[in-house]
Amino acid sequence: MRKVAIYGKGGIGKSTTTQNTVAGLVEMDRKVMVVGCDPKADSTRLLLGGLAQKSVLDTLREEGEDVELEDIRKGGFGGTWCVESGGPEPGVGCAGRGIITSINMLESLGAYEESEGLDYAFYDVLGDVVCGGFAMPIRDGKAEEIYIVCSGEMMAMYAANNICKGIMKYAQSGNVRLGGLICNSRNVDNEREMIEELARKIGTQMIYFVPRDNDVQRAEINRQTVIEWKPDAPQADHYRNLAKAIDENEMFVIPSPLEIEELEQLLLDFGLLAA
Amino acid sequence: MATKTKKMVQWNPTDIKEDMLKKYPPKVARKRAKQILINEAQESGTPEITANVRTIPGIITMRGCTYAGCKGVILGPTRDIVNITHGPIGCGFYSWLTRRNQTDASGEGDENYMPYCFSTDMEDKDIIFGGEKKLEAAIQEAYDLFHPKSIAVFATCPVGLIGDDIHAVAKKMKDKLGDCNVFAFSCEGYKGVSQSAGHHIANNQIFRHVVGENDEPKEGKYKINLLGEYNIGGDGFEIDRILNKCGITNLATFSGNSTYDQFASCHQADLNAVMCHRSINYVADMLETKFGIPWVKVNFIGAESTAKSLRKIARYFGDKELVDRVEEVIAEEMPAVVAVREDVLPRTTGKTAMLFVGGSRAHHYQDLFGEMGMKTLSAGYEFAHRDDYEGRHVLPNLKVDADSRNIEEIEVEADPERFNPRKSEAELKALEEDGYEFKEYDGIIPDMENGSLVIDDLNQYEAEKLVEMLKPDIFCAGIKEKFSIQKLGVPMKQLHSYDSGGPYAGFRGAVNFYREIDRLVNSRVWGYLKAPWQENPELSATYVWE
Repeated sequence: MRKVAIYGKGGIGKSTTTQNTVAGLVEMDRKVMVVGCDPKADSTRLLLGGLAQKSVLDTLREEGEDVELEDIRKGGFGGTWCVESGGPEPGVGCAGRGIITSINMLESLGAYEESEGLDYAFYDVLGDVVCGGFAMPIRDGKAEEIYIVCSGEMMAMYAANNICKGIMKYAQSGNVRLGGLICNSRNVDNEREMIEELARKIGTQMIYFVPRDNDVQRAEINRQTVIEWKPDAPQADHYRNLAKAIDENEMFVIPSPLEIEELEQLLLDFGLLAA
Repeated sequence: MATKTKKMVQWNPTDIKEDMLKKYPPKVARKRAKQILINEAQESGTPEITANVRTIPGIITMRGCTYAGCKGVILGPTRDIVNITHGPIGCGFYSWLTRRNQTDASGEGDENYMPYCFSTDMEDKDIIFGGEKKLEAAIQEAYDLFHPKSIAVFATCPVGLIGDDIHAVAKKMKDKLGDCNVFAFSCEGYKGVSQSAGHHIANNQIFRHVVGENDEPKEGKYKINLLGEYNIGGDGFEIDRILNKCGITNLATFSGNSTYDQFASCHQADLNAVMCHRSINYVADMLETKFGIPWVKVNFIGAESTAKSLRKIARYFGDKELVDRVEEVIAEEMPAVVAVREDVLPRTTGKTAMLFVGGSRAHHYQDLFGEMGMKTLSAGYEFAHRDDYEGRHVLPNLKVDADSRNIEEIEVEADPERFNPRKSEAELKALEEDGYEFKEYDGIIPDMENGSLVIDDLNQYEAEKLVEMLKPDIFCAGIKEKFSIQKLGVPMKQLHSYDSGGPYAGFRGAVNFYREIDRLVNSRVWGYLKAPWQENPELSATYVWE
């Protein structure tokens, strides 16, 4: 089983990209479990056809320790397993600790056991690596390969670079490696070249360039992935290609994050090139 | 010989200090050197010591945490406030009745919650989802069970990390319950350098939420408060007995054997007598600013010190009746004390002691040892600040660092209605010109012998090293040091909880202490600590590096 975590700046499209890619993997007959690590619990909406999932932490709170695997995971599009970690209301408690608890719970319930026949476990993690709890998926071999969703916007690249720092810390003591950057295009000037260059400097690859297409939003309104909603749309093929690229990926590295000046310079170089 | 330890007969404090620091990495040694002071007279007064700074990580300190200082030390001895620890169960459990604070709840309708341990018992899910609702429910449950006058809430480390707003919960519950004063303390364990931060947080909130709440007149001709006395082993009972006998009314003790109402009406006293300068001098200052009550430093540890303190209080009131009564009481009490002292003196004279405890105790108890003809070789505090070592004259020059800025300072103004200077400017001046000292404390250093070692925040390594080198006849500290010191063959007396003894304050306390110390330093049991083969080995060897 490959254990994959998707990180990236908030709002960059992690959940959308993850679910659409998972749909692509499903078409390739892969068995996938998606674990949403976001207190909002909206990481599996497109696979489940709506926010129908009761989160691990809610279940734990209501049922006590006596929780069954079937209480917290739900079957979604194409036989995927969907889990939402969940968490507290904004502004109270500790969401990071919540993620630690729910991943441990999944483990102790045997969600990752060989008998489950999983090919992939995907962790869709909230925003930046803000505290130890959100780094949980990359600690202790919980996730072994990381993909960072980014775009050619400064803050998205800044966040990607920051996440690389987190990965580097844990990579040196464990098995976690960076698998590549996924560029979720925002139609920024020279975007593809810039992210390719950023990837090169960090020591990784841009594994796929997902162009901007409003079919993604249309599918979302229908609570579906593009592949399910409009299998013959050009964007559906892009997600199939991304799924294939991840499935065939063999480049796993310990990233070397950039200094801020270097990052700024990169932006300056490619931004000016367009002007 | 198998070991290289030898007792120094003629020791030089400079060598001792050097030897203690030798094992440290250079940076640590440099820091510790500033907290180890050789007491010597200098032209510009006392030498300077570094105190109230963070313990270096890795050092096994004698200090406690901020929560311990707030909940355990200051509020622990108050019997009729329900103290709820908001946090995982361990913090509440391990701070439950550990200080041997005694209380007298024998009066009609007296409430006593000290034997109970209240905690919200936060679990994983409360950390994740926040503990405010659970805290609210706990306050309600405590109220329904006991209907106390007051409920206090104490924050533990995780509460600070997840940001539960305990003050908002306390306010909400206070408004809801109506007849119960609910307030909270942000005393997370990690907050300060030591428990001293917790004392400060506790006292600030008591001052803000309780002091001055009850204006119903309190009777008494000579009304005082006793600040910084915690009634360990019944010390406060003995002091109260003596004060009563003299005709002095102790309105409130902060906080030994105390009640909510004592704090609430303490602003009616005419003098504040401060025992533990460290834990409470700022409350004395605030009471003076807000209500016009002057304060003086006293010490009821030691029979002579007790007599001196009584005379000081009597002199403040300046009433011949009181002055005479105090002399009568002293004359009445002293013979019994002197009789025991005369008995033990031949056996205790010339013995040596070390004291590393508290923020005042290491100073006060030197008086008792002095009365027994015993010499203090080395002493220091766990959590004191520079003014407790060098005297209050250093206060204007104290460096305010990030850690002290973390602890709130309350700005106090004169109460528009209740401020009432107890003595006129002229009266105060007359007393001062006559040599009477208000708000004065000279610290531990001037009272210690030349060449003795004053050490701040002593740690386990240094303690063992000191004992090995100087072999004192008795070592005084807290429970954490108890057994490591006794294993070195030196009797150890706990001056936090008094082991199972006490009281040691006042006249009867002095008698107890003389007997206890006589028993400890003259016990032959310590001579049998080494097995015969350790004394006279058949085989001996040395390590290759020796």
